Amino acid sequence: MAVLAEPIAQPKRSSLWSRAFESRNCLGAMFMVPAVAILVLFLAYPLGLGLYLGLTDTKIGGAGRFIGFGNFVSLAKDSVFWLSVFNTIFYTVTASIVKFAIGLYLALLLNERLPFKSMIRAIVLLPFVVPTVLSAIAFWWIYDSQFSIVSWVLIKAGLLTRYIDFLGDPWNARWSVVIANIWRGVPFVAITLLAGLQTISPSLYEAANLDGATNLQRFRHITLPMLSPIIAVVMTFSVLMTFTDFQLIYTITRGGPINATHLMATLSFQRAITGGNLGEGAAISNAMIPFLVAAILLSFFGLQRSRWQQGGRD
Amino acid sequence: MTTVDDQSVGMDYLESFPKKFLRVYVPLGLIIFFLLFPFYWMAVTTFKPDAEMYDYEKYNPFLIAHPTLEHIKKLFVDTDYPLWMWNTVIVSVSSTFISLFASVCAAYAIERLRYTGSRYVGLAIFLGYLVPPSILFIPLAAIVFQLGLFDGNLALILTYPTFLIPFCTWLLMGYFRTIPYELEECALIDGATRLQILVKITLPLSLPGVISAGIFAFTLSWNEFIYALTFISSSENKTIPVGAITELVNGDVYHWGALMAAALTGSVPVVILYSFFVEYYVSAMTGAVKE
Repeated sequence: MAVLAEPIAQPKRSSLWSRAFESRNCLGAMFMVPAVAILVLFLAYPLGLGLYLGLTDTKIGGAGRFIGFGNFVSLAKDSVFWLSVFNTIFYTVTASIVKFAIGLYLALLLNERLPFKSMIRAIVLLPFVVPTVLSAIAFWWIYDSQFSIVSWVLIKAGLLTRYIDFLGDPWNARWSVVIANIWRGVPFVAITLLAGLQTISPSLYEAANLDGATNLQRFRHITLPMLSPIIAVVMTFSVLMTFTDFQLIYTITRGGPINATHLMATLSFQRAITGGNLGEGAAISNAMIPFLVAAILLSFFGLQRSRWQQGGRD
Repeated sequence: MTTVDDQSVGMDYLESFPKKFLRVYVPLGLIIFFLLFPFYWMAVTTFKPDAEMYDYEKYNPFLIAHPTLEHIKKLFVDTDYPLWMWNTVIVSVSSTFISLFASVCAAYAIERLRYTGSRYVGLAIFLGYLVPPSILFIPLAAIVFQLGLFDGNLALILTYPTFLIPFCTWLLMGYFRTIPYELEECALIDGATRLQILVKITLPLSLPGVISAGIFAFTLSWNEFIYALTFISSSENKTIPVGAITELVNGDVYHWGALMAAALTGSVPVVILYSFFVEYYVSAMTGAVKE
C-alpha cells in the first residue's frame, strides 16, 4: 500500500512543499502590502522626516537649510518652551494620578452587584466616546468667566462672593484643563480596570474571607497584585495620551493665559503651523520623544516589576 | 461569572441596605453626575433662547422656560455645518474600511501565515500604535502638501489609517489567535486557498472582532482633530470638530448656542452608533489593553 502510493505522492508532496513556501513568505508579503504601504508612507517616513525637519530651519512654503542642533540651542534659551515642558509634566502627572485613583475606585464600585449594571457601564463610558473637542467646547462654556454655571451654583450656595476667573488666571486655567482631562480619561481607566477585575477568581476572595481578612486586606493582598499587570498597561496608555494631548488645550485655552497652559504639543502647533516655522515646531515635537519614552518605560516597567516579583510570567 | 454573583449574594446578607447605599450608591451617583453634567449642560444650552442663556436671575439656568430650535436652525442654515457633517461621515467611513481591509490582511498574515519575521513585524505594528499624532502632524503636513493632497478629504482618508491600522491589526491578531488551527488545516486538505480560508473561515468566525475594530476605528476617526485642523484650510472641507472650533467663533463673539448645538449634534451620531454596539466597543477598548 505504502509502496504503491509512493510514486504518486512524491511529486505532489514537493509541489505542496513549494506551495507551503509560497504561502509562508511570498503570500505573507502580499497580504502585508496594504498595511505596510500606508504605514511606511504615512507613519515611518514622517517619523524620520520629523526628526530631520527638527534639524533644519524649514519654513512653510520654502525649503530649509540643515542647521544641526540650532533649533534646540535656541529652544534651550526660550522660556516659553521651558514653561510648556513644565506644564506638560504638571498636566500629565496630576491628571494621571487622579484618573488612576478615581478610575480604580469607580471600577471597584462597578464590580459590585448593581441593578442595570450594563447600562451604568455604557453611560460611564460616554465621555470617552463623545468627540473630545465637542465635549471640550462644553467645558469651555462651563468655565466661562461671566456665565459659568459652577460659579453661579457656588455663589447661590453662599460659598463664594464673586465669579471664578477660570481661564484668566494661570493656575486656575491649569487646574481647569486638568479637570477636563480627568473627566475625559476616567471612563477609559475605569472600564478597562473593571475588565481586569472581572477576571480575578472569586475563590481567592472566599479563601481570604475564611481566613478572616478585612476588606482592606483583601484589596491590598488580592485585588491590587492581581490587577497590577493591567494597571501597568492602562496607565501607560493613559500617560501617553495625556502627555501628547492637544485637543483639550487647543479648544479650551489655546495655550493661554500668557502661555500658562501651553503643552509641548500645542506649542509645536503654534510655532509650526500658525507661525510657519516648521523646523522649530518639529524640534519641539522631537523634544517630546525622550520624555515620552521615559514615561512609557517608567510606568510600564515600574509597574510591571511587581508581576515577576509575585512569580508571574515575565 | 455565576460564582461571583453567588458570592456577592452571600455577602449582601451581611450588609444592610443603608450601609450599601452609603458605600456604593452615593459615591457612584456622585461620579456619574460629574461624568454626565457636561452633556446635560450642552443639551440645555442648545435648546435655550439667548434671552434666557445670559440671564440667571430671572430664569433658573438648569431649566429651559421656552425651548427653541433657533440655534440648531442657525447652525444648519447659516453655516457650512451640513458640509462638515458630510465630510466627517465620508472621511470616517472610508478610512475605517481602508484600515479594516489592510488590518485583516496584515493580522491574518502575521498570526496565521507566520512568515519569517512575522513576530517582529507584529511588534513593530504595536509600536506604531504608540506613536502619537502630536509628533507626526508637522512632517505629515509637509508630505500631504508635497503630494498635492492639502485641503481635501483624501488627505484625511489616507492619514487616519496610520493610527487605525496598528490598533485594528493588534486587536484582530488577538481574535485570529483564538480560532483553532484544525479548521484551517481541514480547509487546506480540502484544497482551499489561503484567501478562501480567510474569507470563508477566519473572517466569519472572528466577525465580533471585525465589528469591534470597525466601531472603534469609526469613533476614533470621527473624533480626530489635529490632522484635520492642520491639513484642511477651507471651510467647506472641514470636519465637525474643526469646523465647530474655527468657524463658529468670530473674534471675541462666542455663539454659545450654536457652539453647543454643534457639539450636541456632532456627538449624537457617534453616541447612537455606540449605544447599538456597546459590547463590541468595550471589547475593542479592553481587548487592545489586555493583550
